[in-house]
Order: sequence, then C-alpha cells, then structure tokens
Amino acid sequence: MAEFRLPKNSKINKKGKIYKIDDDSVKNIKTFKIYRYDPEGGNNPSIDTYEINMDECGPMILDAIIKIKNEIDQSLTFRRSCREGICGSCSMNIDGTNTLACIKPISEIKGDVKIYPLPHMEVVKDLVPDMRNFYAQYESIKPWLKTDTVAPANEERLQSPEDRDKVNGFYECVLCACCSTSCPSYWWNGDKYLGPAILLQAYRWIVDSRDEYTGERLDDLDDSFKLYRCHTIMNCTKTCPKGLNPAKAIAEIKKLLIQRTV
Amino acid sequence: MTSKAYNITYHEYDVVVVGAGGSGLRATLGMAEAGLSTACVTKVFPTRSHTVAAQGGISAALGNVGNDDWRWHAYDTVKGSDWLGDQDAIEYMCKNAPASVIELEHYGVPFSRTKEGKIYQRAFGGMTTEYGEGKAAQRTCAAADRTGHAILHSLYQQALKNNANFFIEYFALDLIMDDDGSCRGMVALDLNDGTIHVFKSQMLIIATGGYGRVYFSATSAHTCTGDGNAMVARAGLPLQDMEFVQFHPTGIYGAGCLITEGARGEGGYLVNSEGERFMERYAPSAKDLASRDVVSRAMTMEINAGRGVGKGKDHIFLHLNHLDPEILNQRLPGISETAKIFAGVDVTSQPIPVIPTAHYNMGGIPTNYNTEVITYDKSGEEKVVEGLMAIGEAACVSVHGANRLGSNSLLDLVVFGRAAALRAKEIVKPNSHHKPISESAIDRALSRLDGILNAKGDLHAADIRLKMQTIMQKHAAVFRTEETMAQGIGKLSQVMGEFDHITLKDRGLVWNSDLVETLELQNMLPQAMVTIKSAYNRKESRGAHARDDFEERDDKNWLKHTLSWIDEDHNVDIKYRDVVMHPLTNEMKSIPLKKRVY
Repeated sequence: MAEFRLPKNSKINKKGKIYKIDDDSVKNIKTFKIYRYDPEGGNNPSIDTYEINMDECGPMILDAIIKIKNEIDQSLTFRRSCREGICGSCSMNIDGTNTLACIKPISEIKGDVKIYPLPHMEVVKDLVPDMRNFYAQYESIKPWLKTDTVAPANEERLQSPEDRDKVNGFYECVLCACCSTSCPSYWWNGDKYLGPAILLQAYRWIVDSRDEYTGERLDDLDDSFKLYRCHTIMNCTKTCPKGLNPAKAIAEIKKLLIQRTV
Repeated sequence: MTSKAYNITYHEYDVVVVGAGGSGLRATLGMAEAGLSTACVTKVFPTRSHTVAAQGGISAALGNVGNDDWRWHAYDTVKGSDWLGDQDAIEYMCKNAPASVIELEHYGVPFSRTKEGKIYQRAFGGMTTEYGEGKAAQRTCAAADRTGHAILHSLYQQALKNNANFFIEYFALDLIMDDDGSCRGMVALDLNDGTIHVFKSQMLIIATGGYGRVYFSATSAHTCTGDGNAMVARAGLPLQDMEFVQFHPTGIYGAGCLITEGARGEGGYLVNSEGERFMERYAPSAKDLASRDVVSRAMTMEINAGRGVGKGKDHIFLHLNHLDPEILNQRLPGISETAKIFAGVDVTSQPIPVIPTAHYNMGGIPTNYNTEVITYDKSGEEKVVEGLMAIGEAACVSVHGANRLGSNSLLDLVVFGRAAALRAKEIVKPNSHHKPISESAIDRALSRLDGILNAKGDLHAADIRLKMQTIMQKHAAVFRTEETMAQGIGKLSQVMGEFDHITLKDRGLVWNSDLVETLELQNMLPQAMVTIKSAYNRKESRGAHARDDFEERDDKNWLKHTLSWIDEDHNVDIKYRDVVMHPLTNEMKSIPLKKRVY
C-alpha cells in the first residue's frame, strides 16, 4: 500500500539560514532557496536562503550553487561532474521541475530559485539522493547485448544505418533519473515499478537489431507492477533534460506486448 | 595511533582497480574474465566518469571507409607525439586497435554505420594514409558525436553482466607500499558514511584519469583532479612528461565545454576576424586537421596578432554552417545541442566561438607497454614497481609523447585496459595469500585525513584552488617563456604554502564534499608544481610544450622523457630517461626523426 503520510523527520522546519548580500552597490541580485538536510545534525530539513550577485555568476544553476559552495557555504552538498549535461550527476528539482542543473539557465526562472533534491527519494544529505534502488533496477533489466549467434570472429556485426537509427532517442540517456523521479507512479511504487528511465533502457535493447533476446525481455517486463504502473501521466517526457521521450518507449513496449497476443 | 580512532574495514582481492572510466572498466572486465577476484573502487558512479564526455571517436585501421593500415596509424601517432612517444608501445596500441574496436562493437556499442552496415569512420586530426603522403585517413570510429558516452555505458553494462564488484563513491586516499617498494593495496574513504576501507591487493591498477582542473579553463569535469598521480607521487615514485598538457583547439569560449575535432573532420573550419581560413597558412597540407598542438598554437598566434573575433578580439570562429544540415543532424547532434546551450548558437547558420582549452594530460605515471609502473632504484636502474599498474590518461606509457592525436585516447583506454588484464593473468595467482601490510602506511594516510578534518586555519579550498588555476592558466598555457614560468613557479610555491592554513566548514563524516574538494586540492597542487617545473626545465619546443624562447625541437639534447619526483616539502627532483625508438616487433619499421610539418 502506498504511504501517503510523510515520515516525521522529512518535514521541513523553519530553522533555515539566510545569507544576504551586505553591499548596496550590488543591484543584480537573485535569491536561491535551497533544501538542506544534515544527516548527522539531528534536525529536520530546512531551507537556506542565499543572495547571489548575478553580474558575477555564470549563466547556469550549477554555476550559482558552485558559487555558493565556494564563497558562502562550503557545506552545501550536491553531485556534479561534467557541467555540460552528459554525465547525469547534477539532476535535481529546480523551480518545481526535475532537470540537470548544469544546463538549466538561471534566466529561465522568474523570481526566487527554489532548489530541492529529486522528489520522493531518500535524501543522503542536502541535494544528494540515495540512487541505489535506481541503479539496481537498471541492472535487473539486463542492459547488455544478448545473443545466441556467435559474433563474427574478426569483424563487427553488420547493422544497416536504418536499423542503427532505431536506437536514436534511447541510447543517449544519461541515467540522471529526472524522469523516474517525476513520475507519481514511481513515487508510490518505486520499489516495484521500474519507472520511465529503466523502461526506456529496456526498450533500447529491445529495439537494437543485434540483440536476440527480445522475447525474453518482453516476458520479463510483462508484469502489472514492473511495466503497467505506467498510466501515461507523461511527466517523464515533459521533464527529460536531454529531450528524450520515455513515455513513447513505454508505449512501444506495451504495443509489442499486445502484438504478441494477437 | 590514528587507525584506532577510525572505523576500518579490510578487504582482500587479487586485483583492485582505482577508477571506473573507460580504462578502469575495461581492466575490471578483463580481470573478471581472467578469473581474478576484482574490486573496482570509484569516487563517482561509473557512468559519470569523464570518459562519458568524449565525443569524436576511437581510432583503428579497420579500413571501412577507404584503405587503411595500422602502420600508417602508428606513423601518424609517432609524428603526432613529435617523436617523444615510445615506438614499441605505439606499435602495440595501433596493431591491437582493430581488434579492440571490434570487441567494443561485440560488447554492444551503438557505432554509427556506413551504407554497407560496417562501423562508420570519420576523418580526424593528424590521421593520414601512406605514412603522411596520401590523403586524410577516415580512421576514427564514431557513434555520432557521443562515442565516449556510447563506449562507457557499454563497458559498464558488460561489467554488470560479469558481476563486477563495485565500491561506488569511495575516495582513494593513499597507496600502501611495502618496505621492499612493492604495492600491497590502498586506503580509501567511503563517502557515504566516512568509514575507512583498506583494500589489500596482489595487483593495484590506477585508472584515475587526468588532472585538467589545475587550469582555470579546461574541458575537464570537476572531478578531474589526478588523484592517482598524487598518490603515486606521495609514495615517492616519479611522474613522467608532466609538462605536456594538450590544449584542445575548440573549447567553447566562456564555458570551456568541448566541441569535438570531429566537427572539423566532417568539414568544419576555423576563421579569424578577417574571415580567413587561416589554417591554410599554418598547415598547408592538413589545414584544420593538423595535430591539435599545431592548431592551438595557430589560433593563439592569430589572436595575439590582433585577428581574434568578438568584442575582446580574444577568440576564433568555428564554421559548420556550410555543412549539409543532414550531416550535422546525423554525425554531430551532440555538439549542435551544446553550442545552442552554451553559446546560444544555431550551428546551421552561425559560427561557434571557440578558444584553445586545457583538455588532456599526456604526462602521468610512467609504465611499460604491459602497463606495469616503473621507477628508478637507488643505483639509477629502471625497475618495475611490483604490484602496481597504471592505465588510461593517468598513465604515461608513452603512446602520446608530447602531443596526443584525437581519437587515440579512447583507443588507449581499451587497449591498455585489456593489456593490464592480460598481464595480471600472467603474474597474479588467484586467491594467493596476502602478506601482512604495515600499519604505518595506513597511519600516514589517516594522519593526513585527520589533519584536514581537524584543520583550524582560515582559508578554504576554493580560494587556494582558484589561485592555483589562475597561475597555471597564465604561466603554463599554450606558449611559455623562461620568465613567465619562473614567475609562475614562485607564485605557485607561495600558494602551496597557503594550504597549511586550510580549514573546513563541513566537519561531518557523511558525504562531506568540502573534505573531498580539499583532498582533491591537496592532490592537484603537487601536480601543478611538477608540470610547471618540468616545463621550465625543458629548453626546447616539442609537441604541446611550446616556448617563445626555444622555438625549435632539439633532438640532440632533448629527445628524452622527463621524470619528476616531488616530496612533502614541495621539492621537485627531475631526471630524464630515453625514448624507445625501436618498435616492438619487425612487423613495423622504426620511424626515423623528421621535421614535423602538417
């Protein structure tokens, strides 16, 4: 049964700190309200407020939080690596939407910028969620090339450009989990529903012409929880920072499953 | 004494791999296949490693688009290295390239395809046919312009398939070295809970990547801090060729994000403020597909001559707008997106503002072509460090010498990741008994950690880091002179001293990123010093090391690798070692010294 009451220690308290700019000559100020949680502090989460001089800050949300960490509050904790939208580390909820902080322009947000960790994930600290279940679900769909035919000894398996194009829109996924954590079904049943990201990865292997285990992959997905918790809510496609369409991948899987029974 | 205060867990494995990028994952796979118990320890989730950002492709003489021969590839690589590359290792890499790429395809990498269904190959910088006499070679195997992403994800998938043991978000602190100079394992910090983990190994493989973040503007990720190099230096072992830092010609002006050389490979070209395709002057034959160091220098010279573009006349334009939009869509979709996001540019109609940006470290941990780490014993004899290997960008085999050709790094990763596994299979007996390790090695690592966790200074890592990056950007960039480097060394020395005044805001044990960034800074500072000192010492120009005061290559005095040691007091000791000019076998002729012209 889905848990609708939030755990007591997740309720945000009013003890957040406020860091203002103490210089009247700074005109171009933007306010960032960031979720903070210290697992060793013994307190509930809070929202810390930081004022930033936009004339001295890079254009992306990640630039702002790095500036905060470098200059104001070194304890602000978040994942980041490539800063160009390809590694998937910095996924978080910005202004109510899940996206990658490094490719989200600050200018797209009117007013104060609210930054939270990915929704309905256990928070390790500040903006760092526990991703282990997500990674385990990825492993569970056997995301590797499976064949019975032996590969040609000294040559690549041939694949026509048309067949290769079929994985476009799926192989580019960076496993940021923005989509899965934007899905209400995944919120309520994240332990059993695979979620859009993993289903998209499952489809990536179903649609790769070199893979020979389509039947088994479909058998595995044909489950009322693993796949069919998807009710076409469509938050996933709306939020994908890479412009991918997990909802479509899921629909295609459902279609393939129906086609088998006809 | 300190070990008692920390919660320590001990692990025993035949092989421990540090780093889960392209080379670390390929090595881990190979070790598991060889029947050795293997642990892969990584500070980020494997697919976040910076290999994922590689764009253009992986080179191999498959001959899918036009004729090709691995000997031409070897020639191009030797010439690209400005003859500082070791020809035995280069033969090994280029000869094994086709098999390595085929293996990747068998692993499921979604390479782009030719009409015939074979792996698509594109032109790339410095890649020619007929030993430089023929036309440009289409040798770089590509998955659109997301080849690194495609390869890294496929390698991780294979690692999952083979049930690899991963220790994710563990920060490597120090190597455990025995009194006889062999490596017995490593001490690491579990980011998740602040506990200490000692990994005992018969063989430890360092695959921790490069250290681009010592520069202010680099295509590197924030995580590229050369942690493995620093551990090796702290163990009293040398680093090699650290002065050779590659500046990629086309990093986006401002953001520093990479625009692949493949953009020029598909027909793009660089233009100055006069609208001139200036590479025709600097490299009449290869033009925009000359070696990266040649192109970066040309761009810098154009900017210094007042022909830069933009308000500050301080960058160059990369034109792709003349290319067929279908080609841009099929072959360069990733950078089309990146240019839009970071430069606000529509590549079908506008040029991309670019500038040479720190990108790759040819230097690193010296190894032989079997990936075994080498050092010099007290009598000056070269010897293998038992129990220690290094691969990928962290290593200096040296296959890239003074300058790396594009698409040779992804190749380096898989060839030597595999080579490490083959060698380990030969010399490591599975489940052998681990000799007891000295507690003092663990204590030293923990003292260092303790010192930072309890530091009571007044400077934060970010301040010192910015100073270091600014110094390196100014004093150890594309063009160097005796005076600017000497100034840089002085300033950097001072900054290194400031680390004694470090403090932390976050004193917690759970996911303490303030601590991690401080440890990373402590790793970066010695690498920066060794880089600039090695550069200062080398009185010639070769490959990526270009000096205004010694403009020519000087083979008589400088055909040698730089070895540098740095101690706890920041004293740098420099020695030299010969370049291997003879190939591995007689399947290839040694490539004689020649003037390097493109």
